[in-house]
Amino acid sequence: MSFSFTDEQTEFRSVLRRFLTEKSPTTEVRRLMETEDGYDPDIWRQLSQDLGVTGIHIPEDYGGQGFGFVELGIVLEEMGRALLCAPYFSSIVLAATTILNAGSEEQKRELLPPLAAGDSRATLASTEENGRWDTAGVAMTATQAEGGYRLNGVKSYVLDGHTAELIVVLARAPGTSGDDGLSFFTVAADAAGLTRRRLNGVDDTRKLARLEFSAVPATLLGGEGSAAAPLAKTLDQAVACLANEMVGGAEALREQALDYAQLRMQFGRAIASFQTMKHKSADMLIDVELAKSAAYYAATVADGDGEGEDELGAMASLAKAGAAEAYMQTAIHTIQIHGGIGFTWDNDTHLWFKRAKSSEVFLGDPSYHRELMLQRWQD
Amino acid sequence: MTDMTEAEVRDEVRAWLQENWDPNLGLVEWRNKLADTGWGMPAWPKEWYGKGMPNSYATAVEEEFQKVGAIGVARAGIRMLAAATLLEHGSDMHKEKFLRRILTGEDTWCQLFSEPGSGSDLAGAVTRADLKDGKWIINGQKVWTTSAHHAQWGLLLARTDWDVPKHKGLSYFVLDMTQDAVDVQPLRQMNGHASFNQVFFTDAVIEPEFMVEGLGNGWKIATTTLMHERRGADGLRRWAMGTDRPERAYAEEREELAHAMAPYKWYPQRMGRVDLVIQRAKETGKYDDPVVRQEIAKLLTLAKSAEWTARRARAAQVLGRNQGPEGSIGKLAASHVARLGNHVHTMISGADAMLTGEDSPMDGVIAEILVSTPAISIAGGTDEIQRNIISERVLGMPKEPRNDTDRPFRDVPRNMIR
Repeated sequence: MSFSFTDEQTEFRSVLRRFLTEKSPTTEVRRLMETEDGYDPDIWRQLSQDLGVTGIHIPEDYGGQGFGFVELGIVLEEMGRALLCAPYFSSIVLAATTILNAGSEEQKRELLPPLAAGDSRATLASTEENGRWDTAGVAMTATQAEGGYRLNGVKSYVLDGHTAELIVVLARAPGTSGDDGLSFFTVAADAAGLTRRRLNGVDDTRKLARLEFSAVPATLLGGEGSAAAPLAKTLDQAVACLANEMVGGAEALREQALDYAQLRMQFGRAIASFQTMKHKSADMLIDVELAKSAAYYAATVADGDGEGEDELGAMASLAKAGAAEAYMQTAIHTIQIHGGIGFTWDNDTHLWFKRAKSSEVFLGDPSYHRELMLQRWQD
Repeated sequence: MTDMTEAEVRDEVRAWLQENWDPNLGLVEWRNKLADTGWGMPAWPKEWYGKGMPNSYATAVEEEFQKVGAIGVARAGIRMLAAATLLEHGSDMHKEKFLRRILTGEDTWCQLFSEPGSGSDLAGAVTRADLKDGKWIINGQKVWTTSAHHAQWGLLLARTDWDVPKHKGLSYFVLDMTQDAVDVQPLRQMNGHASFNQVFFTDAVIEPEFMVEGLGNGWKIATTTLMHERRGADGLRRWAMGTDRPERAYAEEREELAHAMAPYKWYPQRMGRVDLVIQRAKETGKYDDPVVRQEIAKLLTLAKSAEWTARRARAAQVLGRNQGPEGSIGKLAASHVARLGNHVHTMISGADAMLTGEDSPMDGVIAEILVSTPAISIAGGTDEIQRNIISERVLGMPKEPRNDTDRPFRDVPRNMIR
């Protein structure tokens, strides 16, 4: 188990950081979050074609770069740091990973190259209006029909669901429950009977959508009735990825709070010279560093190398719970350190605060993951 | 030696061990061999019992020792802090007289820094050293002194000048602990153990050549000792494990370790014993309680994250990279783990958390956790001092305004003790 990044990975990180610092300043974040689509197609093209990050964890056989979750984690940490507005988590982390885990060889060869190249964008629609992250919450039905399947039901909290061109949908055979009878399907965004609506989100940097399916034609992805295992694996991997994205955001906040404390003068001295600020800053450093360690560990386990695979469930949940608490706490401290200005719209802190809030809940809140973690704990 | 590869070093030490390691030798005899050849402390200089190797090779040598079960030099207690300090600051006479007997385990050492009036503010020491008839006469009191009751030598920080600012008036001595003018009394802690001592000096005598590196340099040298202490605190302490094999060297090592480790029996408990939590929760039926499960999961998250952070720091060190912030937060993280461990063990134990000794779970081990964890956020630098260090040295925040560095020490307000 490695506890450090290689020189190549560190260099990759600096290239990304330079790119994102230039392309995703908060002025851009603010511009894009006000738009309906929530991303800049030009930046998306550069990310995919110049930097190749859309294919980072997709094997070369399917048009990707063939790296693993550690590299994907680096990409996400940097995107989280820059608060990049882009359909990366939906298309690459959720949809591409689901196709990798569930699709047949032929489907992977067909579906993954356009995602890896950034030519097409996909998402995963698994959650429904009950807001549950487990399979018990899935009510959408898939019935066999002429030439394929028809989906009926509602999906909600679908990341970039209003802009994705391909939607990977989780649905079940009528009359089944729990892990039984679940299958993945792919649905084209312009399919008949599909109604998509963007939801008003607290965090405008990450768009959510509600998708209504009324006898929507769908194509089976992978085996019929056997989606539970690839879904569980996909969610564990995605949760590990989200933890990495979150620690990037948390670190950005921590640094901003420190910079502000060094500049802000009160009572004739920088507020950074007050012990209460120093101790708070030290605590913030610990929160963030511990969460980073867990996020990095989860990404390393997700890469498998044999020993770790059984461990992934517990470790991903641990990292997510840890990152969620650290990110939210860091955001709260950062606003507090800024004082009144930290509560204003013009100050940038709330952008990360809101991302921290949506990430805290997305794919399961800390209590949910702590319980999952214990259920899957290996002594 | 430094141009050898690690593989070559491993080959050489393996061959040497094959030739020389004999578990039926006496411990001192064997360790004298280690001192003579340099294999005991390969990272030390060649002229002083070492081989002048980089630290990373020393780890490889240690691993080869472990593979064949060979015993290393004596490490228990604070003798390695004494050795590291004397190696850096001591005179040739000091090195000649002390280093070998440290490595062989013949001498035990103690550290006489903390005082009742100066804990976090170590440089405020008021134990005095006055020059009379060519000898240093020591009066005062030290506290929290591990091993003082069986140490031959003590590392003493004492004030030699009261008319200069506090850090400049301190000197560093090696004190003979066996003289009658040194009175050692056990110090009982809130958990009932007495792992430390108070040491009283009434006209104790130090020969002038036992001052280390000259008058007024005490603070600088104490900083070296403390730096090694902090580094050692993160160590894996594999050497404290011993073995139950019957040969003479192992038996002697067991006795040495038992003696050295006796005061620390409760140390695992002060860390919060995260390792016992799941087993205890299952035994008591609390593992099914969703509230307790949340707290257990919080504890495991914290403890694992702290462990991995320490491993990140170690990995960076091995690679010779600049240590990032991850290296400075271990001590504070350990405090958090211990406090939360205490909380979770209390939840799991329920009413039994009111009991101790044989009436209580695990014959008092759990009770010992509950009354021992406050030590961890104080010993070796309080949480508050750790936060100051992190904020100033890692985050670059301004230093605390001070009232004691720009005036003679005798004019600095201080505690009433003595």
